[in-house]
Amino acid sequence: MTNQTIKADMRTSRRWRRNLSAYRFVLPYLIFMLAFGLGPGIYAILISFADFEFGVPDYFAAGLQNYVTAFTDYRFGFTMGNIAEFLVVSVPLGIALVVLIALLLHMRPGRLSSTLRTLFFIPGSVTGPALLLLAIFMFSPLMSPFGSLLRALGYDSFDALIAPQRLPVIFTIIGFFSGAGMWIAIHYGALEGISHEVLEAARIDGCNAWQQAMYIKFPLIRPYIIYQFILIFAGNVQLFVEPQLLGTTWIMANVPQQWSPNQLAYSFAFDLGNFGAAAALSLLMLLVGLGAAYLVVRLTGFFDIKA
Amino acid sequence: MSTLKTVPSEIPPSTLQQAKTISRRIFADMGPLGYFLRWAILLIFVLYFGLPLLWLLLAPSKDQTAIITQSPLSFGNWATVLESWSNVNQYVHGEIWVWFKNSIIYVMSSLAVSLVIGIPAGYILAVARFTGRKILLWLTLITMLLPSSAMVLPLFLELNLVHLINTVWAVILPACFFPFGVYLTYVYYSSNLPTDLLDAARVDGCSEWQLFRHIALPLAKPLLGLLGFISFNINWNNFFGPYVMLNSNKLFNLPVGLQTMIAGTSAIRPGFNTSPGMLKFQQADAAMAGLIMIVPVVIVFLFAQRYVIAGAFTGSVKG
Repeated sequence: MTNQTIKADMRTSRRWRRNLSAYRFVLPYLIFMLAFGLGPGIYAILISFADFEFGVPDYFAAGLQNYVTAFTDYRFGFTMGNIAEFLVVSVPLGIALVVLIALLLHMRPGRLSSTLRTLFFIPGSVTGPALLLLAIFMFSPLMSPFGSLLRALGYDSFDALIAPQRLPVIFTIIGFFSGAGMWIAIHYGALEGISHEVLEAARIDGCNAWQQAMYIKFPLIRPYIIYQFILIFAGNVQLFVEPQLLGTTWIMANVPQQWSPNQLAYSFAFDLGNFGAAAALSLLMLLVGLGAAYLVVRLTGFFDIKA
Repeated sequence: MSTLKTVPSEIPPSTLQQAKTISRRIFADMGPLGYFLRWAILLIFVLYFGLPLLWLLLAPSKDQTAIITQSPLSFGNWATVLESWSNVNQYVHGEIWVWFKNSIIYVMSSLAVSLVIGIPAGYILAVARFTGRKILLWLTLITMLLPSSAMVLPLFLELNLVHLINTVWAVILPACFFPFGVYLTYVYYSSNLPTDLLDAARVDGCSEWQLFRHIALPLAKPLLGLLGFISFNINWNNFFGPYVMLNSNKLFNLPVGLQTMIAGTSAIRPGFNTSPGMLKFQQADAAMAGLIMIVPVVIVFLFAQRYVIAGAFTGSVKG
């Protein structure tokens, strides 16, 4: 053996020793990732091609039939349209208002601003059924502290207010109540990161607080806004609890039985026992989420992985 | 008792001057119009976020009539509060506390496991360069950005294959995979660990595990506060997962239990299920049950708040 190959051998063995000790740290995490992060996705692909005619999956027997069943279902277009409408309302509005609040709070940092951030954060603990319960009360003019406002807008009863054409706005109002606080905290954190020299220079040049917010702070937190866009988008595509409890499980309000694609997938699985079509739908929505994740990583260079 | 101070009849010029300075300071760099506009907008949001919370706190004190006839933000009486409390407790012989206990068990065990497996992983991703590190980071990012509800049906199918549906494991195990925690740990150690110190210790013959145990772990306290809060929040509020995975009431967590309780009573459907022997359940009782679910999160939040609000998220997304 030449001197060089021995050296190379030693380097390789040292690298493998280092690798081995690192793998001991990540192994449990890797197992959980395979089981609960990647596994379900891969298994869903398998299931989406399986036939469920006899209750047990017959793998690869269905071909593309499950996709055809799911995508040609009479509710498919309807639920997709609904979710698209909900996204068009909820995503831009949610982002604009959260950024506005963060900028307003950051004009005067201090005790009051921090108290308000806490106040806006606390509704984040009201989620799922509790959130919907509260929403039902808030949208009932007889009980709600917003009753006079609702009546002034012409809605005298819960049923007059909750109608299919208003659902995208209603779900937006409900979701923003619970979800805004965390994003306000994130954007506020980003604003805190802006260098004081920049802001001081702007002030000396005669920039008032509103101009600073608009022309300096806002452009500087843009990466966080993109991040929020992608996460809110991927999350809102999955809307389930609100229409499900409102429409079927709880009160049979004036809400169609399957309003969102996620409800349709749920219905395929648990009402019809067609897990193949449910998997096909889940995969479609997973793809939307993955596409969004890919976009955030690629376009923004946000998660700079240090080599 | 306090002594009364006499108010001077004339305002001395120095006070006027002071008032001017104060007003200049208040309106500085935005002018009175901007000042009031800012407050008007913030006030709208204070009402939007605050009134529902206040209403929810007051609702258990008002019976079915009072909740409609009284002003929405008034307090009823303590007797009704007690009655709501006992109505909620009587629901299927105090089942809400079974759900409460389940919630605690689910949340605590997945929190513990996710930290035990996640912190070493995030640490080693930050400090060591090993084969496969980059792909692991990418997978962490991708799974972290996927909303958990997107995985529920695929997870159901998978767990069904191994016969874990309707067991506690169907709730606990998936929650132990917490890529967001791994990512935060990675970011935290990437920016907060003195590499010179690690190298010096390595030269002295410290093993990677000793480095982690004696140098990295003691530095992790603020990280644990943030991770603990986020994980608690996510898992305490986990509804869709357990809703799909569990079907026996005794295994439910609070959100699924609350859902069942509302669905099975007349709390928000006056006239529903009024058969004799059926529990009389009103809005006040539903509000009380909602409060039982919400209060623990608020308490945990108030404790963890300095880690959460102080801009701790800044590091989490900057990378």
